[in-house]
This record gives sequence, C-alpha cells and structure tokens, in this order.
Amino acid sequence: MRPFAYVKAADVDEAVRAATGPGVKFLGGGTNLVDLMREGIERPDTVVDVTGLPFDTIEELPSGGLRIGALVRNSALAADARVRTRYPMVSQALLSGASAQLRNMATVGGNLLQRTRCPYFYDHASACNKREPGAGCDALGGFNRSTAILGVSEHCIAAHPSDLCVALAALDAIVEVRGQDGTRRVPMADFHRLPGDTPDIETALAPGELVTAVELPPAPAAANSRYRKVRDRASYAFALVSVAAALEVRDGAITDVRLALGGVAPKPWRATEAERLLLGGPADEGAFRRAAEAELASATTRDGNAFKARLAVATITATLRELGGTAR
Amino acid sequence: MTEIRMKVNGSVESLDVEPWVSLLDALRERLGLTGPKKGCDQGACGACTVLADGVRINACLALAVQYDGREITTIEGVTHPLQEAFVRNDGLQCGYCTPGQLCSAIGMLAEYEAGMPSAVTGSHGLDDAEIRERMSGNLCRCGAYNGIVDAIKEVSG
Amino acid sequence: MSIKYAETEPRTGTTEKYVGQAIDRVDGPAKTTGEARYAAEYPYPGLAYAALVHATIPHGRITGIDTAEALAVRGVIDVLTHQNTRPMKPAPKVSFLDLSTLVAGTSVNYLATDEVLWNGQPVAVVVAETPETARYAASLVRPSYEELPAAVDLAAEQGNAVPQKGNLISEAEATKGDAPAALAAAPYKVDLTFTTPPHNHNAIEPHATTAVWDGDRLTVHEATQNITWTRKHLAQRFEVPERNVRVLSPYVGGGFGGKGSVWAGTLLAVLAARATGRPVRLALTREGVYHTVGGRTGSIQRVALGAGADGKLTAVLHTTVSRTGRSGGNGEPITAGTRHLYAAPNIHLRQSTVRLDLLANTFMRAPGESIGTFALESAVDELAWELGLDPVELRLLNEPDRDPVGGQRLAHRRLREAYALGAERFGWRERDPRAGAMRDGRWLVGMGVATAYHPSLRMPANVTIRLNADGTAVVRCGLQEMGMGTATVLGQMAADELGVPLASVRVEYGDSDLPVAPGAGGSTQTASAAAGVQDAAAKLKRTLLGLVRRSPGSPLRGRKPDEVEARDGGLYAGAAGQTYAEILAAAGRDHVEVESKAGMLGFMARTLRERRRWVRAATGAQFCEVRVDPDTMEVRVSRWLGVFDVGTVINARTAASQLRGGIVMGIGMALSEQTLIDHRNGRIMNASLAEYHVPVHADIPRIDVHCLNEPDSGMPLGLRGVGEVSITGAAAAVANAVRHATGKRVLDLPITLDKLL
Ligand SMILES: Cc1cc2nc3c(=O)[nH]c(=O)nc-3n(C[C@H](O)[C@H](O)[C@H](O)COP(=O)(O)OP(=O)(O)OC[C@H]3O[C@@H](n4cnc5c(N)ncnc54)[C@H](O)[C@@H]3O)c2cc1C
Ligand code: FES
Repeated sequence: MRPFAYVKAADVDEAVRAATGPGVKFLGGGTNLVDLMREGIERPDTVVDVTGLPFDTIEELPSGGLRIGALVRNSALAADARVRTRYPMVSQALLSGASAQLRNMATVGGNLLQRTRCPYFYDHASACNKREPGAGCDALGGFNRSTAILGVSEHCIAAHPSDLCVALAALDAIVEVRGQDGTRRVPMADFHRLPGDTPDIETALAPGELVTAVELPPAPAAANSRYRKVRDRASYAFALVSVAAALEVRDGAITDVRLALGGVAPKPWRATEAERLLLGGPADEGAFRRAAEAELASATTRDGNAFKARLAVATITATLRELGGTAR
Repeated sequence: MTEIRMKVNGSVESLDVEPWVSLLDALRERLGLTGPKKGCDQGACGACTVLADGVRINACLALAVQYDGREITTIEGVTHPLQEAFVRNDGLQCGYCTPGQLCSAIGMLAEYEAGMPSAVTGSHGLDDAEIRERMSGNLCRCGAYNGIVDAIKEVSG
Repeated sequence: MSIKYAETEPRTGTTEKYVGQAIDRVDGPAKTTGEARYAAEYPYPGLAYAALVHATIPHGRITGIDTAEALAVRGVIDVLTHQNTRPMKPAPKVSFLDLSTLVAGTSVNYLATDEVLWNGQPVAVVVAETPETARYAASLVRPSYEELPAAVDLAAEQGNAVPQKGNLISEAEATKGDAPAALAAAPYKVDLTFTTPPHNHNAIEPHATTAVWDGDRLTVHEATQNITWTRKHLAQRFEVPERNVRVLSPYVGGGFGGKGSVWAGTLLAVLAARATGRPVRLALTREGVYHTVGGRTGSIQRVALGAGADGKLTAVLHTTVSRTGRSGGNGEPITAGTRHLYAAPNIHLRQSTVRLDLLANTFMRAPGESIGTFALESAVDELAWELGLDPVELRLLNEPDRDPVGGQRLAHRRLREAYALGAERFGWRERDPRAGAMRDGRWLVGMGVATAYHPSLRMPANVTIRLNADGTAVVRCGLQEMGMGTATVLGQMAADELGVPLASVRVEYGDSDLPVAPGAGGSTQTASAAAGVQDAAAKLKRTLLGLVRRSPGSPLRGRKPDEVEARDGGLYAGAAGQTYAEILAAAGRDHVEVESKAGMLGFMARTLRERRRWVRAATGAQFCEVRVDPDTMEVRVSRWLGVFDVGTVINARTAASQLRGGIVMGIGMALSEQTLIDHRNGRIMNASLAEYHVPVHADIPRIDVHCLNEPDSGMPLGLRGVGEVSITGAAAAVANAVRHATGKRVLDLPITLDKLL
C-alpha cells in the first residue's frame, strides 16, 4: 500500500474538516477501500476513519420510515426486526451479499460507495477509463460477462456491485450527506451516476462529503417485497442479475410496485418503465413479462453479457410472480 | 508509526504499526500468531478469520490501527469443543483453511444464538442448509465441507 | 519433523489391525490449534521479504527496468533484475535417466534473461524489511518492453497442433480397426465436440518459500509436493552439493499438483537470499500464484461413438487438442479413460498439443483423465439418449473383458459391482427416463451417472524403521502430507507390520534429509509407502532374528522369518516369542535401525513388464442429482453418491475425505471454475478467489462415498491410490444430470446458467 496518514475522527466536524483537500478517503469497514489500496487502485494521502462517529443506530422517523446511520454494519441492518418486517428486501439484499465476516465489517456508507468489480478496473495492466480517465476500456472487447447492459456508454460498461443499493433504489431511499456547507439530502436515484464520458465520477458526492445516514421512507408495499439474486455460486458471489421488488395488489390490480435491478447497470437500476407499465394493470405472468421486456428493450449487450437481458426478464417475472401470490 | 494496544488471546499487546499494516500481518508477522492464514489477502477466502470482540471478521481487510483497543481472538486463543469435533469428523485435510473455519464457526454459532438471520433462514433451525450458507465465507479447496458441517452440527445439536 | 498422535486406544492381539479402520488424522490436533506451521511461518532473525514484479506482455523483450522509485522507498533492501543479478545455472535438460529434471516448472532462467515468454512472468524481485514495503515497492518498478507477436488462444491455434508423444506410462494414441468407417456405418451415433477451459489449483495456501543460506548450505521451508526433486533441483541451479540443501515441508496447505514442480517463487526466494545475504521469505500473492504457477490446460475434444441397435459400441473416436507453453509444460493423457473403458472393435484415439505464449501448463488433480472423462462420459450419456437406453445399462453392455486397445487383462475390475451397488443406493430406479419430467416443486430435477477412471501406479519409496529398546518405533520416509492423510496411514501400516500400538509409532516425513520417497502425484504415495514399510518391516524381522541367534535362551532362535509373526509388540512363533524390548535387551542394544531401499531401474523394468500383462486402475460409478431453477436456469447439485473400487481402504475416514474432495473439485469444474485468459494479450483476468469460483459450502450437498474395499492382490496391501479417481467422471455426471433435468446437452464447461437460458 502506498503510505498514507491515518486520522481517527472524533466527531463529524473533525471528519469533514479532515477531508478538505484532495487525496482524502473516509474509512468505514475497509472491506473495499483496503483491498483497493493494496491493489494500488485507491491511493489516498490521508485516510479518515469514521467508525468512531455516532452514526451506528437505526431510528424511527415520524413519517413512519427509518433512519439508518451510515456506520450501521451490514449484518446489524440485516438483522434489525423493523427492517425485516417492513422492508424485507433490504435485509435479504444484505444477506445475499459478500460473506458473514464481511457483513460484520462493512458499513452502510461504505456499501453505497463501493466500487465496481469489473476485472479490467482491478487489473493495472489493462486499460480502464474509470481507473485512469482517457485510457480506454478493455472490457468492451474483452471478458464482459459480468458487465452492464443498461445505462452504459462507450467509455465504460462496468456494473455497480452493491446488493443493498438495489433495494434502496427501489424504496426511494434518501442519502443524507454532510459537507463543509452543512447537510444535504440526495435521493437514491441521483446518488449514483451513469458513466457517460466521465466514468471516474461515480456519485453525486462532492469531494470531502460524508454520508451520515440513509432514510427509508414509509412504503407499505415493501412489506411484501423480495430480493432475488442470481449468480454463479450458491453464495459468496456478486450478482449476475438481481431484482429488488415490492408488490401491492388490490382487487386483481397492481396498486403499488417497486422494481430495481442489480448487476445490469453502472448504478442500481430503478426499473421505472416496467413500474409504469405494471401500475394499475393485472398481476399476472404475462403482464410481468411484458413489463420486464419493455424495461430491457433499451439494453446494449455484447457477446459476453447478452444473456443478462434474458436473465433479467426471467428473474423479474419470477420474482413478481412469487410476490403476486400474496395479494392484499 | 502508531502505537496501538489490543488484547490478543487474553493478553494485552502494545505494538507500533504503520497505518497500512493489516490486522492479519500484525498478528502473523509482528506477534508471531500464524494461526490466522493468508489465503488471498482480498477478503475472498476466509482463511484469515479471527474474532474481534467475539465477532468474526476477515483480518486481511482490517487495518490494525482501526482495531486499537479491541479484543482479538485467534485460533491460538481458542479452546472449544469444535476443535475436537473437526478432527473426529475429518472436517479438515491440509489444514490451511482450518483456523479460519473454526473461528468462523464459533462466531457463526454466536450469531445464530443472537437471532441473526441468514439468506436461507426458515423455520428449520440450524440445519445443513443454514450452516452451509452461514459458513460460505470460508473456502476449503480440499473439499472438507461435509466434515465441517458435521462437526458444527455435533457441537451445536 | 515429528508429529503428535491423537489419542488412540492401545490394542492387543493379532486380529485387530489399524489398517482398515477409520482413525482420526494424526495431525488433526496441530491443525486445529494453530500449532501447525506452514512454509511462510518460520521466523528467522533478520528475515527479509520478497515480492515479485510481473511482466504485463505475453511475449517480447525487456528493454529497460526503472527501479529508482522502488529503491527510494524506505525499507527496500534491493531490487533484483536481470541487469544486476548473478544468474542461477539454467534448468537441466529433461532426461528420463534423472527424473528430477522433470521438476522444473518452466525452462526460464529467471533474472538471467531479457526474454518474456508469458504475461505474468516475473521480471524483477524487490527485497525489503517488511512484506508491505516489498509489495508496495514492487508496484513502483517500471519495466519497458519490446513486444513480439503472441499466440494465446487455443481455439484459434488448434490447427497448429501436433500429435503428442507418448511416454513409458501413458500412450498418446491408438488405432484399432477402422473407426471412421465403422462410425459412418453405425445406425446409432453421436459426434460431439467438447471444450474445457483452463483451471487453476487454488490451494488455499499460496505458494511460499522461506530460504536461508549459511555459507554454501541452504535450508528451504517450502510449500511443495516434492521435497526430493526440489532439493536436487535447487542444488543444481545454485551449484552446491545436494547434501547441502535441506527442504522442509511438514505441512502443505493443499497442492493438487500445483506444488509438484519448482516454480519461479521458490527459485527467486533462494536467489534473493543469496543476493542479499539475508534469510528471505517469498509468499506469493494470490494473483502471483496465477501468474507464476501453471494450471490445467484447456482442451478441445471430439468424441464420436457408433453403436448398433443392441447398444454395443462399434466405433469409439476421441481426439483432443490441448496446449503447452513456450516455456514448458506437457501434453496430458486426455484419452486415457477412453482407451480402457469400453469394448469396441474399432477405436481411434489421438492427443495433440499446440504451444502457446502462455505460462507452462502443469498437472492438476487427474491431469488428462479429469477433462477427458468429461467428454467421453457426456458422449456415452448422449448415445444412451439416442438409443433410448438407460445410461447405466449402456455402460454395462459395453464393459470389456480385456483391455479394449491392448488386450491386456484387467486387474481386479469391479465397475459392474460399483454400478449395481450405486444404482441401488442412489435410487436410480426411481429416475423417470424422460428429460424434464422430474420436479420438486418448481425445481427441475435431473439424475446423471458417469464412470470414474484413474490408473493405479506406484513408485519406489525408501523407508527406515528404528526400533527402540522401549518398544517404540520411528518410521522415516520422505513423503509429503498435504492433507491426504499420508502421515496417518503411514503410521497405521507401520504399526500393523510391526505389531505395535499406533501410539508407539512416530512418523517422520516432509524433510529431504529423510529416506527418498516419491513426490505426491499420480495417487502413488500410499501404495509406494506401503511397499516400503513392508520391505523395511521384513528386513527388521530378519535383523532381529539375526540378533536372537546369539541369545541362547530365546524361543525365536533358529526360526525362519516366515515362521515368525510380528504382534503384541514383539515377534512370535505360535505362542512362543519375545517382545522387542526383550530381544534388544538380550542383545545389549538400545535400538536397531533398518532401511528398505528400492532400486529405481529394477523397479521401472518390473513396472513395464507388468504393464504389458495387466491394466490396473481405480474406478468408480458417480451418481449425481441436480436441481435446476426453471426461470433462471441456476444449477444446484442436490445429492451425490460415488461408489469406488480402490482396493483395500487403509483409513476409511481419510480415504472418504480424499474421495469427497475430488468430487467437490469436480463439481467446481462442472459448474463454475474457469481461468479467463484474455485472447488479446494472454492475461489472466480472474486471478483471484473472488472471481475464480471454487465451490463454497453452499454449493456442496452431502456426498455419500462408498468403497467396495476388496484388496487388489497385485498391489501392496491390496490398495490403490484414492487421490484422483473421484474427480474423474464427476463433471460428466453433473452434465448428464443437467441433460436429464433440462433436455439440454452442454458441451462447453463450465455449465453456467447462460448456457442453459
Ligand atoms: C470478496 C468480497 C465479496 C463481496 N461480495 C459482495 C456482494 O455480493 N454484494 C455486495 O453488495 N457487496 C459485496 N462486497 C462488497 C462489500 O459489500 C463492500 O466492500 C462493503 O459494503 C463496503 O463497506 P465498508 O464499510 O467496508 O467500506 P470501505 O471499504 O470502508 O469504504 C468503501 C468506500 O466508501 C467510502 N466511504 C466509507 N464510508 C463512507 C461514508 N460514511 N461517507 C462517504 N464515503 C464513505 C470509502 O472512502 C471508500 O471509498 C464484497 C466484498 C468482498 C471483499
Ligand atoms: S483443509 Fe485444505 S483448504 Fe480446507
């Protein structure tokens, strides 16, 4: 690892102050940052450890939602009884990710900010616009089975790796961010960015901004929700395709539906087109499939990842079918 | 260099480490505790699993400085019926993943007791499927998985 | 290195033997307490740490190496390159008169050449005071290259493949009758082309070396499957007498063939220690293992089978293309199973290889047979579909009486029994023969079978037994223990041969100062050691009978060896006899020591003679059940049974573990494992355990293994090696089960869901 200075922030002001200037990284559980620093991909001068900050609780919001501190560990969030009953897809998404050891370390903030697992991003000898702007993208003509098919650009097709974020996107979560100029609230939909011609800029965070919490707005439909992850092993592997879905059906018609996809896009992908088609319509397999196909119609596939479009349609359909069984 | 103090296997150790030294390297190279293994240094195999305040973590992705003041248990500090159960059920071959499997299993049993769910949690208690899913962060290339599950069942049941 | 035994009950009487029992592995306690030390875990005062710099082009020349930035890092001791390092001697030429010449992983003389022969070849070594510093500084070394054209894509290069040469123990081709004509004429046939991807061993312990020079004496703590040849090789490369080199390897964190050769890391650790005058440890990164230790070749295989309406095979064709590397590697016996498994009047087998600009390939668990049986046993299954026959029945119909190609007798072949027992235990009869007809809820269920086949060999092994006046014994043999249970079974066999309690036997292994034994490869260790132990025990008996000749009162006086039995801690002729302690006391000795020595040449001659008469192999019947998600086509193995004929089972516990381990690796091979080599530049793109998917706990169901456990009278103690047979046929059993569940035949491993969607 390139040498760096380590600062353990005693309070949030100190953390934000320490993060002014370039070359500063916040440290949560370290499960992504330490790996990337060891690989020489992240090369900060200063690492500000934020795990001492008091953002490790989950609180009720007056609105009926939950406010999750950015330092809540992934395992603690997954085990929270309120999350499990009101937002089961969040718990399931977390439990389908990484391993128990990693979940015990990883924080919510770090999970939001984790970087792609594209093999060309990880390999120094390969060209990657995300790692080295302007270098080119070796994934385009290389192994791209794990890469994205929606929202990609000719500069980058790397997929976002997080499971949690897919559920958060489906729930219209709000990310609470603290910077020099105070606190702001960023909707999940705007938090991650599509690559365009600047794939190195991945989020809406300004340099030095700290994630302090994530808010889950109330979502009655989410009580009937599910996170389905499809991957190459039964456990401990990133998603090829994942689906976070919530469904509310009354009198045979869909009254609320939330749908987001993982593994297929450079950001957690809210399937707004599919949701639009489904809302108000029947909760049957044909409708599920048509909506899924419409969502995937804009996919840009390559040799290695063409199957993802089919897999996404199949997984969306299957997940909604399972949820549809519990009409309320 | 930063001076850190950790309670390791019951005794307080203070050591000077650069901030880029991992907890795993601090244990193995500075404290001579080679029980935790380095199989990938990327959080992808689980051989480095240790307990931090009783919670299982991957020591390879932990910076030692971040664990200042914490209590660390490595296999050298473990005395648990699981160890004999592993031998009896042949839950090991080459033995390289074994310390990590054991520490992980100890942490896992505590998590289960505390009511923490897993991706397959249903109504059937700590059955084979539960154990396998919860232990999936520990690879065993020798393929001793059956024996490991049996050992854990023997001790938990 | 000595080891402690687990608590075992002392035994008396002649009937109870240790061989055949399920005994806890003797190194279990050391491995479950963290006491067991592996190669990278030996502290030395002044120890320095080395890290490798890897080439990033597949072929070319180094035009310069900028080391300034690396050297400027505090704590860096030196940066070694081909421009500043006293070279090693080149690797000796391969010669069958000195088999140790086979141990060089590649032909490259590291840091003595500007030539780059594969993407990832080490081109510099950083030595530093801490491992972190070494690794960081290595990332700052900047080589520059002149690139040369490179061929790295097996499929694209298959046209340049040349027929492989056979060797003493493995033929590369066979022609019997006219297979193409018979195929053309056959009423039922399949003609399929399979591919298997490259694989890497991924032992959880990355290769590591701790090298210590003391003048011209060298001590190496090494993760190796082959202490003896490693010692000889290091002596040759560093120009010191062989006796000056000691290789210690009491614990090895998995090998699977990957630690069977001497690779760059070992040589460069020793070189760095010589260059810096410090003890040096070089523990490879996981990525470094992929870049410097060869893996299993990929393959392209055509299998064509013709049969009559009665299901009898009329034509068997199996032709294969695999690859070696510009810097070495060998063709594999991919068609070996096909040569011996099915009776057919017309057979054509051919193996070809093409040299690519990739790291040399190397042995990985059942090299050749593991991937060859995937193709063969998938094709046989497909033929059963064509014929509308049960796949078990089709196999039994074509079970030969003599070797199908060579006509030799089949030594102790029990495949019929294995299938009969397996089918019954697995519930094969409940299988609905139609594709896609079995369900469990929404899951599609499929059942598949395949045959496992691996030749049984042994090698000469020297063993010394030291018998002490207190009745304890020390057995020394330069074997390696990587988890196979070698140490445990060596103790069991010795205790039985000597007639002493297991607790009285101490076993020493994993040290090149011990009597020479073969490397751990080809599933030969246990059989080799068994013969050595038997020889040494017989010699000991003769020596002791010699001693009693001078004790007038001894009831053993004048007895011939075959009248005397070793039991109850001594030698007995009927009821009369003496304990070892008594014999030694009477002779005034505090110990006796004997050594069995097996001559290599005589041994080879005997082996070859035998091979002309017999074909001998461990075999098995693999039964697999899968569940396939009908939406996503994810495949999960839900049940497994393997019935194996491996002769006598020495230790039911460790043998079962070996067999399970092979099946687990076979499941990985079937469903998820592949090394991704970028065709543009030969770079491995998934050189990590996060992206190369070995099976995890959740992928592996309960695996039922059963051994027929009948001794093979042609092998020492009746045993055959168990290390490799169970990976053979495993991938085919999965593929066949998937075929049954989904109706889809996947020809290209691994069977990932995209191939089924
Ligand atoms: C082998 C392996 C397998 C994995 N599998 C999965 C998987 O299947 N699914 C999945 O979703 N994830 C997976 N992960 C990724 C894992 O979930 C992330 O590494 C983890 O969530 C990151 O959290 P952390 O607290 O450790 O972050 P860190 O590593 O500490 O930080 C990650 C990034 O976030 C920044 N950061 C941290 N906290 C804050 C904050 N409060 N405000 C602003 N920036 C911050 C850091 O500066 C850094 O850039 C896997 C990881 C590994 C190593
Ligand atoms: S015992 Fe060898 S890797 Fe698990």
